[in-house]
Amino acid sequence: MNKEIDRREFLKLTSIGGVVFISGLSGQPALSLPFGKTKDFFFVQLSDTHWGFEGAKINPDAKGTLIKAVKEVNSLEQKPDFIVFTGDLTQTTDETNLRKARMKEFKQIVGELDTKVVHFMPGEHDASLDRGETYKDFFGETHYTFDHKGVHFITIDNVSDPTGSIGEEQLEWLKTDLAQQKPDSNIVVLTHRPLFDLYPQWDWATRDGAKAIDLLMPFQNVTVFYGHIHQENHHMTGHIAHHSAKSLMLPMPLAGSTPKRQPIPWSTSEPYKGMGFRNVLSQSKLDQYQLSEYPIKEDAIV
Amino acid sequence: MKNRTGITAIMVASVFGMTCLGCLSGDGAKIIKVSAKRFEYSPQQITLKKGTPVVFQFTTEDRTHGFNVPSMNLRADIVPGKITELKLTPQQTGEFDFFCDIFCGSGHEGMNGKIIVTE
Ligand SMILES: [Cu+2]
Ligand SMILES: [Fe+2]
Repeated sequence: MNKEIDRREFLKLTSIGGVVFISGLSGQPALSLPFGKTKDFFFVQLSDTHWGFEGAKINPDAKGTLIKAVKEVNSLEQKPDFIVFTGDLTQTTDETNLRKARMKEFKQIVGELDTKVVHFMPGEHDASLDRGETYKDFFGETHYTFDHKGVHFITIDNVSDPTGSIGEEQLEWLKTDLAQQKPDSNIVVLTHRPLFDLYPQWDWATRDGAKAIDLLMPFQNVTVFYGHIHQENHHMTGHIAHHSAKSLMLPMPLAGSTPKRQPIPWSTSEPYKGMGFRNVLSQSKLDQYQLSEYPIKEDAIV
Repeated sequence: MKNRTGITAIMVASVFGMTCLGCLSGDGAKIIKVSAKRFEYSPQQITLKKGTPVVFQFTTEDRTHGFNVPSMNLRADIVPGKITELKLTPQQTGEFDFFCDIFCGSGHEGMNGKIIVTE
């Protein structure tokens, strides 16, 4: 996508109900910034689809929400170069056969995405009970890197270890990979759990996440996209921005806002409230990312 | 397996028996037994007195679970076939949530409880 992104189109899109958020150090309002001419691209982040979840009070359209999201991503006018799923693709189960069936169904549904480059990673629901074995059969490695138009993407697995840790071996791997990057390289980290202590009381943390942040700290342009907490959250650890995505199955309340960590019940007056996905615009010239949030629309009839 | 657990329990009990009978540990702290299973702790609410030392003794009925009280900086792995001990002398009154931080299945997110510290 080497053409200039249409600014009016972007404005139109974001004004439909999306939230625009700018990461990085700039305090300037998002839309006052000029768009770069080269290497700009979009990628879509979807998260916590929990395929196989059942609970009519939380999501009476448990079998339809993901399908709607796929349709909506396909209808985006700002076409993404690729799509990432930041974990909890499926709802966990003790039965390996059921896990396999869920992963197979999930794969079939997201196979309908027009964008053919899709990067997956596990959440604890996918991988914590069998250390990622079944997941790997379906989706491949749980941590890996890829490069896209000058941005280095690193996927970190903090769920195959049921303690919610990255582990020394993977941290070594991360260190080796980062050793090949320059201080001003554009680095995007994709992971499931927050790397920082967002709210450890609800297990919204990674036990050794601080070690990963320490390794990333020397790099000037690092942004982290993650899932797990089933809502948007924007947080800075030093100059590193962390953005969590909404879930496509069950929204969660603000950290500590309810006595128990329980999903927000379905709202009949506002169906799909709290669910959605995001389109991320990567702007090479600004070393920044603009996030547009998309709700799930009821009329995305499938 | 059952036998081994039994022996461990007896051994632990006899060690404590040397200095104190029944409810107190070697150094005089009150013993609080907490048993874990998917997806609950028993008891779910533990009331302690500020300044009074206690020893938690954790066991699990099924698989490995965690016990984490972030606001007290206290955590343990609860491993099958073993009694895990944790010492605590609460310094502050209030309510402190604990939860399982080792993923244990569908229902894991609801596995939690509360420590209440009174004057
Ligand atoms: Cu998760
Ligand atoms: Fe999740």
